[in-house]
Amino acid sequence: METAIKEPTTSKSNFKSEEYFINMGPQHPATHGVLRLLLTIDGEIIKKVEPDLGYIHRSIEKMCENNSYQQIVHLTDRLDYLSSHINNEAVCLCVENALELEVPERVKVIRTILGELTRIASHTLWWGVMGMDVGALTTYFYGFRDREMINDIFEETCGARLTMNYNVPGGLMQDIHPNFVKRVKEFIPHFRSKLPEYDRLLTGNIIFQKRTKGVGILSKEDAINFGASGPVARASGYSCDVRKYHPYSALDKITFTEALDTTGDSFARYKVRIAEMWESLAIIEQLIDNIPEGDFKVATNAVIKLPKGDFYQKVETARGEFGVYIISAGTKNPYRVKFRSPGLSNLSLLNHIAVGGKIGDLVATMATIDIVVPDIDR
Amino acid sequence: MTNDVLQKTILSWFPDPEFPQPQFSEEGSQFLNLSTQPEQLHELMQLLKNNPETHFDYLFCLTGVDYGKELGVVYHLESTVHRHMLVVKVQTEDRENPVLGSVQDIWATANYHEREVFDFFGIKFSKHPNLKRLFLTEDWEGYPLRKDYVDELNMVVK
Repeated sequence: METAIKEPTTSKSNFKSEEYFINMGPQHPATHGVLRLLLTIDGEIIKKVEPDLGYIHRSIEKMCENNSYQQIVHLTDRLDYLSSHINNEAVCLCVENALELEVPERVKVIRTILGELTRIASHTLWWGVMGMDVGALTTYFYGFRDREMINDIFEETCGARLTMNYNVPGGLMQDIHPNFVKRVKEFIPHFRSKLPEYDRLLTGNIIFQKRTKGVGILSKEDAINFGASGPVARASGYSCDVRKYHPYSALDKITFTEALDTTGDSFARYKVRIAEMWESLAIIEQLIDNIPEGDFKVATNAVIKLPKGDFYQKVETARGEFGVYIISAGTKNPYRVKFRSPGLSNLSLLNHIAVGGKIGDLVATMATIDIVVPDIDR
Repeated sequence: MTNDVLQKTILSWFPDPEFPQPQFSEEGSQFLNLSTQPEQLHELMQLLKNNPETHFDYLFCLTGVDYGKELGVVYHLESTVHRHMLVVKVQTEDRENPVLGSVQDIWATANYHEREVFDFFGIKFSKHPNLKRLFLTEDWEGYPLRKDYVDELNMVVK
Protein backbone atom coordinates (compact mmCIF):
# COMPACT_ATOMS: atom_id res chain seq x y z
CA MET A 1 0.00 0.00 0.00
CA GLU A 2 1.36 3.31 -1.00
CA THR A 3 0.81 6.37 1.04
CA ALA A 4 1.42 9.77 -0.31
CA ILE A 5 3.71 11.71 1.94
CA LYS A 6 2.68 15.32 2.02
CA GLU A 7 5.21 18.04 2.03
CA PRO A 8 5.06 19.87 5.37
CA THR A 9 3.64 23.29 4.75
CA THR A 10 5.32 26.27 6.17
CA SER A 11 3.21 29.07 4.80
CA LYS A 12 0.53 30.30 7.22
CA SER A 13 -2.07 30.78 4.51
CA ASN A 14 -2.24 27.03 4.02
CA PHE A 15 -3.94 26.50 7.38
CA LYS A 16 -7.56 25.78 6.70
CA SER A 17 -10.29 26.67 9.13
CA GLU A 18 -12.92 24.02 9.33
CA GLU A 19 -16.43 24.09 10.72
CA TYR A 20 -17.33 21.48 13.26
CA PHE A 21 -20.08 21.00 15.77
CA ILE A 22 -20.13 20.51 19.51
CA ASN A 23 -22.81 19.81 22.05
CA MET A 24 -23.66 22.33 24.71
CA GLY A 25 -25.69 20.50 27.30
CA PRO A 26 -28.01 18.74 28.02
CA GLN A 27 -26.18 18.85 31.34
CA HIS A 28 -24.41 22.15 30.95
CA PRO A 29 -24.80 24.50 33.93
CA ALA A 30 -25.45 27.47 31.66
CA THR A 31 -28.41 25.81 29.95
CA HIS A 32 -30.52 26.10 33.11
CA GLY A 33 -32.05 22.68 32.94
CA VAL A 34 -31.90 19.97 30.37
CA LEU A 35 -31.53 21.86 27.14
CA ARG A 36 -29.16 20.62 24.47
CA LEU A 37 -27.75 23.05 21.99
CA LEU A 38 -25.99 21.83 18.86
CA LEU A 39 -23.43 24.45 18.01
CA THR A 40 -21.84 24.64 14.60
CA ILE A 41 -18.67 26.60 15.13
CA ASP A 42 -15.68 27.82 13.22
CA GLY A 43 -12.93 28.25 15.77
CA GLU A 44 -14.80 30.07 18.48
CA ILE A 45 -17.23 31.86 16.18
CA ILE A 46 -20.76 30.49 16.20
CA LYS A 47 -22.20 29.66 12.79
CA LYS A 48 -25.43 28.03 13.89
CA VAL A 49 -27.28 27.22 17.10
CA GLU A 50 -29.86 24.48 16.98
CA PRO A 51 -31.70 23.59 20.17
CA ASP A 52 -32.61 19.95 20.69
CA LEU A 53 -35.69 19.94 22.87
CA GLY A 54 -37.88 17.42 24.61
CA TYR A 55 -35.66 16.04 27.36
CA ILE A 56 -38.30 16.80 29.97
CA HIS A 57 -41.40 16.82 27.84
CA ARG A 58 -44.31 15.52 29.90
CA SER A 59 -47.14 16.17 27.45
CA ILE A 60 -49.04 18.29 29.93
CA GLU A 61 -51.43 19.42 27.18
CA LYS A 62 -52.53 15.83 26.58
CA MET A 63 -52.79 15.17 30.32
CA CYS A 64 -55.15 18.14 30.61
CA GLU A 65 -57.61 16.46 28.25
CA ASN A 66 -58.24 13.77 30.85
CA ASN A 67 -58.41 16.03 33.89
CA SER A 68 -61.00 18.33 35.38
CA TYR A 69 -60.57 22.09 35.32
CA GLN A 70 -59.57 22.17 38.98
CA GLN A 71 -56.87 19.57 38.35
CA ILE A 72 -55.40 21.39 35.35
CA VAL A 73 -54.39 24.28 37.61
CA HIS A 74 -52.02 21.97 39.44
CA LEU A 75 -50.28 20.94 36.24
CA THR A 76 -49.51 24.49 35.16
CA ASP A 77 -47.04 25.28 37.90
CA ARG A 78 -44.90 22.49 36.51
CA LEU A 79 -44.47 24.57 33.36
CA ASP A 80 -42.53 27.68 34.27
CA TYR A 81 -41.92 26.75 37.89
CA LEU A 82 -40.55 30.19 38.72
CA SER A 83 -43.83 31.84 37.71
CA SER A 84 -46.07 29.12 39.09
CA HIS A 85 -48.49 31.47 40.77
CA ILE A 86 -49.04 33.46 37.57
CA ASN A 87 -49.53 30.30 35.53
CA ASN A 88 -52.17 29.11 37.99
CA GLU A 89 -53.84 32.47 37.77
CA ALA A 90 -54.02 32.26 33.97
CA VAL A 91 -55.97 29.00 34.03
CA CYS A 92 -58.28 30.23 36.79
CA LEU A 93 -58.99 33.46 34.91
CA CYS A 94 -59.69 31.53 31.73
CA VAL A 95 -62.15 29.21 33.50
CA GLU A 96 -63.77 32.10 35.38
CA ASN A 97 -64.23 34.10 32.18
CA ALA A 98 -65.80 31.11 30.49
CA LEU A 99 -68.20 30.64 33.41
CA GLU A 100 -68.80 34.42 33.55
CA LEU A 101 -67.88 34.25 37.21
CA GLU A 102 -67.02 37.49 38.99
CA VAL A 103 -64.48 36.91 41.75
CA PRO A 104 -64.40 39.21 44.83
CA GLU A 105 -62.12 42.25 44.83
CA ARG A 106 -60.16 40.72 47.69
CA VAL A 107 -59.19 37.79 45.50
CA LYS A 108 -58.08 40.06 42.65
CA VAL A 109 -55.85 42.16 44.89
CA ILE A 110 -54.25 39.16 46.61
CA ARG A 111 -53.63 37.49 43.25
CA THR A 112 -51.90 40.58 41.93
CA ILE A 113 -49.72 41.01 45.01
CA LEU A 114 -48.66 37.37 44.88
CA GLY A 115 -48.06 37.65 41.15
CA GLU A 116 -45.70 40.56 41.61
CA LEU A 117 -43.92 38.82 44.49
CA THR A 118 -43.48 35.85 42.16
CA ARG A 119 -41.99 38.13 39.54
CA ILE A 120 -39.49 39.56 42.03
CA ALA A 121 -38.60 36.05 43.26
CA SER A 122 -38.05 34.91 39.69
CA HIS A 123 -35.98 37.95 38.75
CA THR A 124 -33.78 37.69 41.86
CA LEU A 125 -33.05 34.08 41.01
CA TRP A 126 -32.34 35.09 37.41
CA TRP A 127 -30.06 37.87 38.60
CA GLY A 128 -28.09 35.47 40.79
CA VAL A 129 -27.71 32.93 38.03
CA MET A 130 -26.95 35.61 35.45
CA GLY A 131 -23.98 36.75 37.52
CA MET A 132 -22.85 33.17 37.98
CA ASP A 133 -23.02 32.50 34.24
CA VAL A 134 -20.61 35.33 33.56
CA GLY A 135 -18.32 34.38 36.42
CA ALA A 136 -19.52 36.32 39.45
CA LEU A 137 -20.46 33.78 42.09
CA THR A 138 -21.41 36.24 44.83
CA THR A 139 -24.56 37.34 43.04
CA TYR A 140 -25.99 33.87 43.46
CA PHE A 141 -25.94 34.16 47.24
CA TYR A 142 -27.28 37.71 47.23
CA GLY A 143 -30.14 36.73 44.95
CA PHE A 144 -31.08 33.68 46.97
CA ARG A 145 -30.91 35.62 50.24
CA ASP A 146 -33.66 38.00 49.09
CA ARG A 147 -35.67 35.34 47.32
CA GLU A 148 -35.74 33.40 50.58
CA MET A 149 -37.84 36.11 52.23
CA ILE A 150 -40.46 35.87 49.48
CA ASN A 151 -40.48 32.10 49.66
CA ASP A 152 -41.13 32.33 53.39
CA ILE A 153 -44.14 34.56 52.69
CA PHE A 154 -45.41 32.03 50.16
CA GLU A 155 -44.87 29.15 52.52
CA GLU A 156 -46.87 30.79 55.26
CA THR A 157 -49.81 31.74 53.06
CA CYS A 158 -49.89 29.09 50.34
CA GLY A 159 -48.25 26.18 52.15
CA ALA A 160 -45.62 25.77 49.46
CA ARG A 161 -42.52 27.61 48.39
CA LEU A 162 -42.28 26.89 44.69
CA THR A 163 -45.36 25.19 43.27
CA MET A 164 -47.95 27.20 45.12
CA ASN A 165 -51.30 25.91 43.83
CA TYR A 166 -52.92 28.76 45.71
CA ASN A 167 -55.38 29.77 43.01
CA VAL A 168 -58.49 27.76 42.35
CA PRO A 169 -61.26 28.52 39.85
CA GLY A 170 -63.44 30.96 41.76
CA GLY A 171 -60.83 32.41 44.07
CA LEU A 172 -58.14 31.20 46.42
CA MET A 173 -57.50 27.94 48.21
CA GLN A 174 -57.68 29.60 51.64
CA ASP A 175 -57.44 33.08 53.09
CA ILE A 176 -54.09 34.81 53.51
CA HIS A 177 -52.09 34.16 56.65
CA PRO A 178 -52.51 36.80 59.41
CA ASN A 179 -48.81 37.64 59.06
CA PHE A 180 -49.00 38.17 55.30
CA VAL A 181 -49.40 41.96 55.23
CA LYS A 182 -46.78 42.47 57.93
CA ARG A 183 -44.24 40.24 56.20
CA VAL A 184 -44.74 41.87 52.81
CA LYS A 185 -44.36 45.30 54.39
CA GLU A 186 -41.10 44.17 55.95
CA PHE A 187 -39.88 42.85 52.65
CA ILE A 188 -40.46 46.02 50.60
CA PRO A 189 -38.03 48.33 52.48
CA HIS A 190 -35.59 45.46 52.85
CA PHE A 191 -35.50 44.83 49.12
CA ARG A 192 -35.45 48.57 48.35
CA SER A 193 -32.22 48.78 50.32
CA LYS A 194 -30.77 45.70 48.60
CA LEU A 195 -31.48 46.59 44.97
CA PRO A 196 -28.84 49.36 44.88
CA GLU A 197 -26.47 46.72 46.21
CA TYR A 198 -27.22 44.65 43.10
CA ASP A 199 -26.26 47.64 40.98
CA ARG A 200 -23.04 48.24 42.88
CA LEU A 201 -22.04 44.61 42.67
CA LEU A 202 -22.88 43.75 39.07
CA THR A 203 -24.52 46.47 36.97
CA GLY A 204 -21.64 48.90 37.30
CA ASN A 205 -18.98 46.23 37.03
CA ILE A 206 -16.83 46.96 34.01
CA ILE A 207 -16.10 43.30 33.26
CA PHE A 208 -19.78 42.49 33.34
CA GLN A 209 -20.59 45.43 31.08
CA LYS A 210 -17.97 44.35 28.55
CA ARG A 211 -19.46 40.87 28.53
CA THR A 212 -23.00 42.08 27.88
CA LYS A 213 -22.94 45.42 26.05
CA GLY A 214 -23.34 45.06 22.31
CA VAL A 215 -23.80 41.30 22.61
CA GLY A 216 -26.79 39.44 21.21
CA ILE A 217 -28.53 42.42 19.67
CA LEU A 218 -32.19 41.94 18.81
CA SER A 219 -34.06 44.54 16.78
CA LYS A 220 -37.64 45.52 17.49
CA GLU A 221 -38.92 44.11 14.17
CA ASP A 222 -37.24 40.77 14.83
CA ALA A 223 -38.60 40.69 18.36
CA ILE A 224 -42.16 40.98 17.05
CA ASN A 225 -41.51 38.62 14.16
CA PHE A 226 -40.12 35.89 16.41
CA GLY A 227 -43.01 36.30 18.84
CA ALA A 228 -40.75 37.48 21.65
CA SER A 229 -42.39 38.79 24.79
CA GLY A 230 -41.51 39.88 28.28
CA PRO A 231 -38.21 41.57 29.16
CA VAL A 232 -36.56 40.12 26.03
CA ALA A 233 -38.96 42.03 23.77
CA ARG A 234 -39.13 45.14 25.92
CA ALA A 235 -35.35 45.52 25.86
CA SER A 236 -35.67 45.94 22.09
CA GLY A 237 -38.18 48.75 22.47
CA TYR A 238 -41.25 46.64 21.77
CA SER A 239 -43.90 47.68 24.26
CA CYS A 240 -45.80 44.47 24.95
CA ASP A 241 -46.59 44.25 28.63
CA VAL A 242 -49.80 42.23 28.97
CA ARG A 243 -50.36 43.97 32.29
CA LYS A 244 -50.67 47.25 30.38
CA TYR A 245 -52.50 46.16 27.23
CA HIS A 246 -54.78 43.44 28.58
CA PRO A 247 -54.93 44.09 32.34
CA TYR A 248 -56.27 41.28 34.48
CA SER A 249 -57.10 40.86 38.20
CA ALA A 250 -56.43 44.16 40.03
CA LEU A 251 -53.92 45.49 37.49
CA ASP A 252 -56.40 47.87 35.83
CA LYS A 253 -56.39 50.03 38.98
CA ILE A 254 -52.62 50.25 39.21
CA THR A 255 -50.31 52.87 37.81
CA PHE A 256 -46.89 51.63 36.86
CA THR A 257 -44.28 52.30 34.20
CA GLU A 258 -43.49 49.63 31.69
CA ALA A 259 -39.72 49.05 31.71
CA LEU A 260 -38.43 49.66 28.20
CA ASP A 261 -35.06 49.93 26.52
CA THR A 262 -34.11 50.41 22.91
CA THR A 263 -30.61 48.95 22.67
CA GLY A 264 -31.75 45.33 22.42
CA ASP A 265 -28.46 43.85 23.65
CA SER A 266 -27.86 41.60 26.64
CA PHE A 267 -27.20 44.56 28.89
CA ALA A 268 -30.55 46.12 27.94
CA ARG A 269 -32.36 42.90 28.83
CA TYR A 270 -30.51 42.94 32.14
CA LYS A 271 -31.50 46.54 32.86
CA VAL A 272 -35.15 45.91 31.98
CA ARG A 273 -35.38 43.12 34.55
CA ILE A 274 -33.77 45.26 37.24
CA ALA A 275 -36.25 48.05 36.44
CA GLU A 276 -39.12 45.55 36.58
CA MET A 277 -38.19 44.62 40.14
CA TRP A 278 -38.52 48.27 41.17
CA GLU A 279 -41.88 48.49 39.40
CA SER A 280 -43.15 45.31 41.04
CA LEU A 281 -42.31 46.81 44.43
CA ALA A 282 -44.31 49.91 43.47
CA ILE A 283 -47.29 47.78 42.42
CA ILE A 284 -47.28 45.81 45.65
CA GLU A 285 -47.02 49.03 47.65
CA GLN A 286 -50.14 50.42 45.99
CA LEU A 287 -52.15 47.36 46.97
CA ILE A 288 -50.82 46.01 50.25
CA ASP A 289 -52.57 48.57 52.49
CA ASN A 290 -55.86 48.30 50.68
CA ILE A 291 -56.70 44.61 50.57
CA PRO A 292 -60.51 44.75 50.59
CA GLU A 293 -62.47 42.73 53.10
CA GLY A 294 -64.64 39.94 51.80
CA ASP A 295 -64.67 36.34 50.77
CA PHE A 296 -61.61 34.62 49.41
CA LYS A 297 -63.65 32.41 47.11
CA VAL A 298 -66.96 32.24 45.33
CA ALA A 299 -68.62 28.87 45.32
CA THR A 300 -68.39 26.87 42.12
CA ASN A 301 -69.93 23.54 41.27
CA ALA A 302 -67.90 20.57 42.42
CA VAL A 303 -67.79 19.51 38.77
CA ILE A 304 -67.02 22.47 36.55
CA LYS A 305 -68.40 22.26 33.03
CA LEU A 306 -67.43 25.05 30.68
CA PRO A 307 -69.87 26.08 27.94
CA LYS A 308 -69.04 25.03 24.41
CA GLY A 309 -66.53 27.34 22.77
CA ASP A 310 -62.98 28.68 22.67
CA PHE A 311 -61.48 30.58 25.57
CA TYR A 312 -58.18 32.39 25.65
CA GLN A 313 -56.44 34.17 28.50
CA LYS A 314 -53.06 35.82 28.42
CA VAL A 315 -51.02 36.94 31.40
CA GLU A 316 -47.56 38.38 31.93
CA THR A 317 -45.26 35.95 33.69
CA ALA A 318 -41.69 36.77 34.67
CA ARG A 319 -40.61 35.50 31.24
CA GLY A 320 -43.25 37.09 29.07
CA GLU A 321 -46.64 36.40 27.63
CA PHE A 322 -48.17 33.16 28.83
CA GLY A 323 -51.41 32.11 27.17
CA VAL A 324 -53.99 29.49 28.01
CA TYR A 325 -56.20 28.39 25.14
CA ILE A 326 -59.05 26.07 26.10
CA ILE A 327 -61.36 24.49 23.56
CA SER A 328 -64.39 23.18 25.38
CA ALA A 329 -66.97 20.75 24.07
CA GLY A 330 -69.24 21.43 27.04
CA THR A 331 -68.07 18.50 29.15
CA LYS A 332 -66.20 18.34 32.46
CA ASN A 333 -62.87 17.89 30.67
CA PRO A 334 -61.42 20.28 28.13
CA TYR A 335 -61.37 19.06 24.53
CA ARG A 336 -58.00 20.62 23.88
CA VAL A 337 -55.70 22.81 25.95
CA LYS A 338 -52.80 24.76 24.54
CA PHE A 339 -50.28 26.59 26.67
CA ARG A 340 -48.58 29.39 24.82
CA SER A 341 -45.25 29.46 26.58
CA PRO A 342 -43.06 32.54 26.42
CA GLY A 343 -39.96 30.35 26.58
CA LEU A 344 -40.32 28.57 23.25
CA SER A 345 -40.77 31.77 21.27
CA ASN A 346 -37.95 33.48 23.12
CA LEU A 347 -35.66 30.51 22.53
CA SER A 348 -36.48 30.41 18.82
CA LEU A 349 -34.66 33.69 18.28
CA LEU A 350 -31.45 32.47 19.94
CA ASN A 351 -29.94 31.31 16.65
CA HIS A 352 -30.74 34.67 15.09
CA ILE A 353 -28.91 36.72 17.72
CA ALA A 354 -26.06 34.35 18.61
CA VAL A 355 -24.67 33.71 15.12
CA GLY A 356 -21.40 35.55 14.58
CA GLY A 357 -20.67 35.79 18.29
CA LYS A 358 -18.41 33.70 20.46
CA ILE A 359 -19.35 30.76 22.70
CA GLY A 360 -18.73 32.87 25.80
CA ASP A 361 -21.15 35.47 24.45
CA LEU A 362 -23.74 32.78 23.86
CA VAL A 363 -23.67 31.95 27.57
CA ALA A 364 -24.28 35.60 28.46
CA THR A 365 -27.02 35.89 25.84
CA MET A 366 -28.80 32.78 27.05
CA ALA A 367 -28.65 34.04 30.60
CA THR A 368 -30.43 37.25 29.60
CA ILE A 369 -33.10 35.38 27.65
CA ASP A 370 -33.84 33.68 30.98
CA ILE A 371 -34.82 30.23 29.84
CA VAL A 372 -36.78 27.81 31.99
CA VAL A 373 -36.76 24.50 30.16
CA PRO A 374 -39.98 22.91 31.54
CA ASP A 375 -41.78 25.95 30.17
CA ILE A 376 -40.41 25.21 26.71
CA ASP A 377 -40.89 21.45 26.80
CA ARG A 378 -44.27 21.41 28.59
CA MET B 1 -60.34 48.49 14.25
CA THR B 2 -63.58 46.99 15.49
CA ASN B 3 -64.57 43.47 14.55
CA ASP B 4 -67.23 44.69 12.09
CA VAL B 5 -64.83 46.93 10.21
CA LEU B 6 -62.19 44.22 10.26
CA GLN B 7 -64.64 41.74 8.76
CA LYS B 8 -65.66 44.18 6.00
CA THR B 9 -62.04 45.00 5.19
CA ILE B 10 -61.04 41.37 4.85
CA LEU B 11 -64.10 40.51 2.75
CA SER B 12 -63.30 43.38 0.38
CA TRP B 13 -60.08 41.57 -0.59
CA PHE B 14 -62.14 38.74 -2.04
CA PRO B 15 -64.66 40.42 -4.30
CA ASP B 16 -65.20 37.39 -6.54
CA PRO B 17 -68.26 35.50 -5.18
CA GLU B 18 -67.19 32.39 -7.12
CA PHE B 19 -64.06 32.24 -5.03
CA PRO B 20 -64.38 30.55 -1.60
CA GLN B 21 -65.07 33.34 0.86
CA PRO B 22 -63.59 33.42 4.37
CA GLN B 23 -66.26 32.59 6.95
CA PHE B 24 -66.59 34.79 10.03
CA SER B 25 -67.99 33.92 13.41
CA GLU B 26 -67.96 35.40 16.91
CA GLU B 27 -69.95 32.62 18.51
CA GLY B 28 -68.44 31.03 21.61
CA SER B 29 -65.25 33.10 21.46
CA GLN B 30 -64.04 36.47 22.68
CA PHE B 31 -62.28 37.13 19.36
CA LEU B 32 -63.43 37.44 15.76
CA ASN B 33 -62.95 34.04 14.15
CA LEU B 34 -62.15 33.52 10.51
CA SER B 35 -62.32 30.12 8.81
CA THR B 36 -60.49 29.67 5.57
CA GLN B 37 -59.59 26.93 3.09
CA PRO B 38 -56.09 25.36 3.04
CA GLU B 39 -55.45 26.55 -0.53
CA GLN B 40 -56.29 30.12 0.44
CA LEU B 41 -54.38 30.19 3.72
CA HIS B 42 -50.98 31.49 2.67
CA GLU B 43 -52.32 34.29 0.49
CA LEU B 44 -54.76 35.41 3.17
CA MET B 45 -52.09 35.38 5.88
CA GLN B 46 -49.76 37.44 3.74
CA LEU B 47 -52.50 40.02 3.19
CA LEU B 48 -53.37 40.08 6.88
CA LYS B 49 -49.79 40.89 7.78
CA ASN B 50 -48.80 43.22 4.97
CA ASN B 51 -51.96 45.25 4.55
CA PRO B 52 -51.46 48.46 6.57
CA GLU B 53 -55.12 48.47 7.65
CA THR B 54 -54.94 45.09 9.35
CA HIS B 55 -51.18 44.87 10.04
CA PHE B 56 -51.25 41.60 12.02
CA ASP B 57 -47.54 41.42 12.74
CA TYR B 58 -47.63 39.39 15.96
CA LEU B 59 -48.57 35.71 15.80
CA PHE B 60 -48.85 34.94 19.49
CA CYS B 61 -50.31 31.46 19.46
CA LEU B 62 -50.31 28.63 16.96
CA THR B 63 -52.33 25.60 18.00
CA GLY B 64 -52.89 22.25 16.37
CA VAL B 65 -56.31 20.71 17.00
CA ASP B 66 -57.74 17.28 16.26
CA TYR B 67 -61.48 17.82 15.72
CA GLY B 68 -62.17 14.11 15.47
CA LYS B 69 -62.83 13.99 11.74
CA GLU B 70 -60.67 16.89 10.65
CA LEU B 71 -57.26 18.13 11.67
CA GLY B 72 -56.82 21.85 12.00
CA VAL B 73 -54.58 24.71 13.02
CA VAL B 74 -55.66 27.82 14.91
CA TYR B 75 -53.65 31.03 14.54
CA HIS B 76 -54.06 33.81 17.10
CA LEU B 77 -53.01 37.13 15.59
CA GLU B 78 -52.54 40.56 17.08
CA SER B 79 -51.51 43.86 15.58
CA THR B 80 -48.91 45.73 17.60
CA VAL B 81 -49.94 48.97 15.86
CA HIS B 82 -53.76 48.79 15.93
CA ARG B 83 -53.99 46.38 18.89
CA HIS B 84 -56.84 44.42 17.35
CA MET B 85 -56.94 40.63 17.36
CA LEU B 86 -58.12 37.92 15.03
CA VAL B 87 -58.29 34.15 15.12
CA VAL B 88 -57.74 32.29 11.86
CA LYS B 89 -58.83 28.67 11.64
CA VAL B 90 -58.04 26.20 8.92
CA GLN B 91 -58.98 22.54 8.66
CA THR B 92 -58.21 19.59 6.45
CA GLU B 93 -60.16 16.33 6.27
CA ASP B 94 -57.20 14.31 5.05
CA ARG B 95 -55.93 12.45 8.10
CA GLU B 96 -53.52 10.23 6.20
CA ASN B 97 -51.54 12.99 4.56
CA PRO B 98 -52.63 16.37 5.92
CA VAL B 99 -50.83 19.24 4.24
CA LEU B 100 -51.19 22.94 4.98
CA GLY B 101 -49.20 25.91 3.78
CA SER B 102 -46.42 27.05 6.08
CA VAL B 103 -46.56 30.62 7.35
CA GLN B 104 -43.01 30.65 8.71
CA ASP B 105 -41.94 32.97 5.89
CA ILE B 106 -44.53 35.49 7.16
CA TRP B 107 -43.89 35.14 10.90
CA ALA B 108 -40.56 33.66 11.97
CA THR B 109 -42.11 32.42 15.21
CA ALA B 110 -44.19 29.92 13.20
CA ASN B 111 -41.05 27.93 12.42
CA TYR B 112 -40.83 26.23 15.82
CA HIS B 113 -44.56 26.17 16.45
CA GLU B 114 -45.29 24.45 13.14
CA ARG B 115 -42.65 21.87 14.00
CA GLU B 116 -44.47 21.31 17.29
CA VAL B 117 -47.78 20.80 15.45
CA PHE B 118 -46.09 18.42 13.02
CA ASP B 119 -44.61 16.54 15.96
CA PHE B 120 -47.91 16.03 17.78
CA PHE B 121 -50.51 16.03 15.00
CA GLY B 122 -48.60 14.97 11.91
CA ILE B 123 -49.76 17.98 9.91
CA LYS B 124 -47.19 18.69 7.21
CA PHE B 125 -46.43 22.28 6.38
CA SER B 126 -45.41 22.67 2.77
CA LYS B 127 -42.36 24.83 2.09
CA HIS B 128 -41.21 24.61 5.72
CA PRO B 129 -37.38 24.60 5.56
CA ASN B 130 -36.76 22.29 8.52
CA LEU B 131 -39.85 20.20 9.14
CA LYS B 132 -38.81 17.57 11.64
CA ARG B 133 -39.97 16.58 15.09
CA LEU B 134 -39.34 19.23 17.73
CA PHE B 135 -39.76 17.36 21.02
CA LEU B 136 -40.05 13.67 20.28
CA THR B 137 -37.35 11.45 18.82
CA GLU B 138 -37.14 10.93 15.06
CA ASP B 139 -38.23 7.29 15.29
CA TRP B 140 -41.36 7.94 17.35
CA GLU B 141 -44.41 6.21 15.90
CA GLY B 142 -47.68 8.07 15.61
CA TYR B 143 -48.77 11.53 16.64
CA PRO B 144 -49.56 11.63 20.36
CA LEU B 145 -51.96 14.57 20.57
CA ARG B 146 -54.33 13.09 18.01
CA LYS B 147 -57.51 11.79 19.59
CA ASP B 148 -57.08 8.31 18.09
CA TYR B 149 -53.54 7.86 19.40
CA VAL B 150 -53.15 4.73 21.51
CA ASP B 151 -50.34 3.99 23.93
CA GLU B 152 -51.46 1.38 26.41
CA LEU B 153 -48.24 1.55 28.37
CA ASN B 154 -47.91 5.24 29.08
CA MET B 155 -51.40 6.65 28.82
CA VAL B 156 -53.89 6.60 31.67
CA VAL B 157 -57.36 6.43 30.17
CA LYS B 158 -60.16 7.23 32.55
